[in-house]
Amino acid sequence: MHGTKILEEADRLMTVCNSCRYCEGLCAVFPAMEMRRAFSDGDLNYLANLCHACGACYTDCQFSPPHEFNVNVPRTLAVARAESYSAYAWPRAFAGAFARNGIVISLVAALSVAAFIFGFAAWHDRQVLFGTHTGPGAFYKLMPHNAMAALFGVAFLYAIVALTMGVRAFWRDIGEPVGMKTDAAALLQALRDAGELRHLDGGGVGCFNEDDRPTDRRRLYHHFTFYGFALCFASTCIATLYHYLLARQAPYAWWDLPVVLGTLGGIGLLIGPIGLLTERWKRDSVLVDEARHGMDVAFIVMLFLTSLTGMALLVWRETAAMGPLLALHLGVVFSLFITMPYGKFVHGIYRFAALVRYAMERRAMAHGAGE
Amino acid sequence: MSQKFDVLVIGGGNAALCAAISARRAGASVLVLEGAPKFYRGGNTRHTRNMRCAHDAATDILTGPYTEEEFWDDLLRLTGGQTDEELARFMIRESKDILNWIVEQGVRWQPSLGGTLSLGRTNSFFLGGGRAMLNALYLTAEKLGVEIVYDAEVIDLEIEHGMFLSARLKQPVDGTSEIRASALVAAAGGFEANIEWLKEYWGEAADNFLIRGTPYNRGSILKMLLDNGVQDIGDPTQCHAVAIDARAPKFDGGIITRHDSVVFGIVVNKRAQRFYDEGEDIWPKRYAIWGRLVAAQPDQIAYIIFDASVRNSFMPTLFPPIEGGSIAELAGKLELDPAALEKTITEFNAAVKPGTFDHTILDDCRTEGITPPKTHWARRIETPPYLAYPVRPGITFTYLGTRVNRQARMVMKDGRPSANMFAAGEIMAGNVLGKGYAAGIGMTIGSVFGRVAGREAAKNARN
Repeated sequence: MHGTKILEEADRLMTVCNSCRYCEGLCAVFPAMEMRRAFSDGDLNYLANLCHACGACYTDCQFSPPHEFNVNVPRTLAVARAESYSAYAWPRAFAGAFARNGIVISLVAALSVAAFIFGFAAWHDRQVLFGTHTGPGAFYKLMPHNAMAALFGVAFLYAIVALTMGVRAFWRDIGEPVGMKTDAAALLQALRDAGELRHLDGGGVGCFNEDDRPTDRRRLYHHFTFYGFALCFASTCIATLYHYLLARQAPYAWWDLPVVLGTLGGIGLLIGPIGLLTERWKRDSVLVDEARHGMDVAFIVMLFLTSLTGMALLVWRETAAMGPLLALHLGVVFSLFITMPYGKFVHGIYRFAALVRYAMERRAMAHGAGE
Repeated sequence: MSQKFDVLVIGGGNAALCAAISARRAGASVLVLEGAPKFYRGGNTRHTRNMRCAHDAATDILTGPYTEEEFWDDLLRLTGGQTDEELARFMIRESKDILNWIVEQGVRWQPSLGGTLSLGRTNSFFLGGGRAMLNALYLTAEKLGVEIVYDAEVIDLEIEHGMFLSARLKQPVDGTSEIRASALVAAAGGFEANIEWLKEYWGEAADNFLIRGTPYNRGSILKMLLDNGVQDIGDPTQCHAVAIDARAPKFDGGIITRHDSVVFGIVVNKRAQRFYDEGEDIWPKRYAIWGRLVAAQPDQIAYIIFDASVRNSFMPTLFPPIEGGSIAELAGKLELDPAALEKTITEFNAAVKPGTFDHTILDDCRTEGITPPKTHWARRIETPPYLAYPVRPGITFTYLGTRVNRQARMVMKDGRPSANMFAAGEIMAGNVLGKGYAAGIGMTIGSVFGRVAGREAAKNARN
C-alpha cells in the first residue's frame, strides 16, 4: 500500500492518532492529520517534515510503549523524515549519500581541505602557503579572488539547484501543484513559525529530551545554531557586495560589518552545535532515529568546524598560520556547501515547505468555515 | 520505608495527586502509593481528556458561562436524583476555583478545537490529554517533596474503630513492609478491572466485558475499607458501560476504541436481529446506553451495520469496518446467518420514511411499522459495500464506593465520621454520581474532593 515499511507504520500511527486526537493542541502535525482520513505517501512525508521532534506527544500519549498500541510518533516520523530526504534527493543517483552521510561528509571534507592546501601550494611555492600576509587582499595571495569566487560560486550554485529540485519534488508529492498562486500571508506565517521554532515548544512548556521533564534547551541551542548560520551567511553576502560594489578587499578590520556579523554568527555556531550535540547525547533513545545518528552528528560537527576554523583564521590571520588556516576554513566551507543537499541541512528546507503548506491549509480551512 | 508519614495517599490518579499536592502544600509529609508501574500510573485519569467546571463567564478556553445552577440541573437530570445534594452543590461551588487551582499545579488547558465533542462551553480540555495532565501533577508533586512509590500494591489495611493505623505494602523487589501514617487518603479507584467481582452482579456475561481503562483498578482498597466498617454508597450492580470495538484489547484500549456510528445505521445481535431504537436520543445519552444494551444480548456482542454512503460521516476509527460487497458476504464475515441479516435489513429499509437527515438534532427520519422502531436518523442501508463494526460492552467505571462527608472524610456504617480516613475520586464518586454520566464529571469529583481530602488529612495529621 505504501512505498516503504516506515510509511506503513506512520499510516498505522496516524490512524490511531486520528481516532484519539488528544494531542491536537500540541503542534501542527495533529491538526494537519485531522484534515485527512486516509494518508498517501505524500501526506505522510508532509506530516513527517512538519514534526519538530519535540517529543511531547510521546510523553503525553497513553498508548506509547509499553502499551500494546505501541504509539511512537516522534521516532516513526523521524525515520520517515530521513527517508523522505533520500526519496526527494537530486540527482537520484546521490540518494544513497543520506544513508552513509557521516562517512560521506568526512571524506568530502577531508578531500576538500587537502585540495585547498595542495591548491595553494601548487598555485605558488610553499613560501606563500606558510608566509605572513597582511592588509587588503592578503587572502588572495594564496588563491586569486576570481578563482576562489568561481570555485565557491559553482559549489553554491550546485547546492541551490540540488536543493531546489529536491524541495520541488517534495512540494509536488505533498499535494501542491508547482507554481500555484503565492500566498503571502501563509508564507509570512511559516516564516514566523520557523523563526520562532514554534512547534518545538511541546505545546508551551518546552520539549522533551532525556526524560519527562520539559526544557527549552534544544530550542535555545537550535536558535544559536540557526541564527549563527544566518549571521555568517549575511557576513559573506556583505563581504561579496563590499568586494564588487565598493572594491574593498578582505580581510576587513575587526570593527567592519562582515567581521562583526561573522564573529557574532561564529560564536552562535560554536555554542549552538555543542549544545545540540550535548542534548542529542542525552536524548532518550526511544525518541531517536538511531540509524541516522551519523547524518545529524556529521552536519552539526561541520557547522561547528566551519565556525571554529573561521574564528581561528580571524585570530591568527596576521601570522604565518594564516595560509594553512585559510585552506582549512575554505575546505570545510566548500565541503559544507557541496554536501548540503545530501545531509541534515535539508531538514530546514523541507520543514519550512511543510510549514508553508500547513499555513495554507489552515487559511483555506478558515476561509471555508467563514463561507 | 519504615518512617511514619503525616498523610498516606493510596492511588495515583488525578484525585490522589490533587490530595497529595494539597496535603503537601498544607505542610504535611506525604507518601503516594501507586499500585501500577510508572508507565501505567494514574488509573483512569490516563484516558480522560477534560473536566467539567462551573464558571460565570467565557474565558480563553471556554466559550460561554456555565453557572452553578445549570451544572446542578444537569447533574440532577443525569443521575435521576441519585445524588447527595449537599455534597453535589458543594462540589459544583468548589469546581469554579478548581479551574484555576489545577493550572497552578502545572496543568495546562487547550482552546477547544472542535472534533466531535461540543463541550467547549461546559468543559475545559487538558492540553495533550489526561496523561499530560497527570505528568504535570506528578512533576509538581515531586518538586514539592511528595514521595511516590510505583508498583506499590497495598495488601492490607490496619483499621481500628474507624481509625487508620497502618498499611501493608507489597512490592515486586522490596517485598512487604509496613507504612504508618497519621491520616489516610484512599483514592484508589473502582473495581471495574476485577472481572471476578463484576461477575457477582453480571454472572458469566462479565467474561465478555472489555475494560476501557487500567487493569489496576481492582477495587482491593475499596473492599478492605468496606470490610473494615466504612459505609458503602452507590449501586454495586451499576457501571458505566459504552459500546466499544469488539477487537479492542481486554484492558486499557481507552478512548480510541469507541464507536458512535449508531445513528448512521442499525445495530443487530448475533441472531442478526435489531433489539433497540438506534435513533432514541442524541449524544451523550446514546453514547452511554449502548454498552448496557449490548451486555444484555447473547454472548454480549452486537454489530453496527451501515453502508458506504456514510463511511466518512463520523470520526475515523482505530479498527477499520468489516466490508462486504453484499449483505450476504458481510454476514458471512461476521458469522451471522445471511438470510436473517438480509431479512432484517430489507424490513428495515422498507420501513424507512423520507425525511431530512440531521444527526445533530432529533430529526424527522424515522421508520414506521417495525419493532423496535428507529425514531430518528433512519435512512435506508443500500449502497455497497456494506460495512460493520462488531461491538462489546466497554466498562469505564463502577459506582460502588465509600460514603464521605463534605470534608471528604469517610463515614462509618454507624454514621460516625472516621477519625483519620478520607476518600477522593472514583472510590467515592457514587456520593455525587449515583448513576449516569456526563463528560468530565469524574475529573471534577477527583480534583475537588482530592484537594479537600488532602487539606483535611493534613489538618487532621497535625492535630
